[in-house]
Amino acid sequence: MTVAVNPAQTGEPVFYLADEHPHPEGYSTSLGFWIYLMSDCLIFAMLFAAFGVLGANYAAGPAPKDLFDLNLVAVNTSMLLLSSITYGFAMLTMQQNKIAQTQMWLLITGLFGAAFIGIELTEFAHMIHEGATPQRSAFLSAFFTLVGTHGLHVSCGLIWLVTLMVQVWRFGLIEANRRRLMCLSMFWHFLDVVWIGVFTFVYLLGVLR
Amino acid sequence: MSTDTHAAHAGDHHHDDGHAQSTFSGYMLGFVLSVVLTAIPFWLVMSGTLPSKQITALVIMAFAVVQIVVHMIYFLHMSPKSENGWSMMALIFTIVMVVIALSGSLWVMNHLNSNMMPIHEMTGMK
Repeated sequence: MTVAVNPAQTGEPVFYLADEHPHPEGYSTSLGFWIYLMSDCLIFAMLFAAFGVLGANYAAGPAPKDLFDLNLVAVNTSMLLLSSITYGFAMLTMQQNKIAQTQMWLLITGLFGAAFIGIELTEFAHMIHEGATPQRSAFLSAFFTLVGTHGLHVSCGLIWLVTLMVQVWRFGLIEANRRRLMCLSMFWHFLDVVWIGVFTFVYLLGVLR
Repeated sequence: MSTDTHAAHAGDHHHDDGHAQSTFSGYMLGFVLSVVLTAIPFWLVMSGTLPSKQITALVIMAFAVVQIVVHMIYFLHMSPKSENGWSMMALIFTIVMVVIALSGSLWVMNHLNSNMMPIHEMTGMK
């Protein structure tokens, strides 16, 4: 970068970066959001590491084999996967400027997301009812922290989704709303990627152990 | 300077910026691949087809890695070119950090577990 001196007549030099030129609003949003997602990825990596270290410490309590119902996990996984593809359809219809269809796909995505959260909460309630609380063993602490953090992310995504549906309803598919929908799309697909890690390392490998 | 051309460019092609591959066929291909890559590990674990648990574990971890790559390409539209390569840079940096943190934690803690003397043996040492 070159530092140019403004040859102003006053004699007082003004320094500025000659290469700096104005960007349109939201120019760097997607890269910035991607970097946020990467930092979120590090959070999940630490929680996975904690689960990897503590995942076998049952403290004579219940083991994954006693607790996890793989059929339920499979249903849950398909809910999240379906919500990913329906969000993709929402993005495609958004590119074609079809507001009603975009809203419909967003709604379907939200319903799948809500189903995912509902099933997960049912599972948690069932586990806690059987005495498998986070306090029971290090395995369960790590399990609830990891899966709970993911569920919290999905819940936040749902709130964000509803907010954006209201935004689109009130202001239409304006530039700012497109940008927001694009960020949420990255967030949503990213959560699906994290879930791949969860169902593989927590549920499938847990039951296998 | 280049301000005018840049603004015009961004106005015209804003959505193509790194999202050129978001097509119906792209999403569908990603979805079908994901369904297959999810169904096989679940089936392997639930049916116990493979002879040993270790082989099953390795196979389902391989499936997870492949599915993550599929999601990255077809759903998150990652490509070396998006954002002039900066998102790929951020991703590679993150992967390096994740690998160091995960492998380091598991390695150290595993050695700690196997090398620490259990408490009941320690009481008999005096």
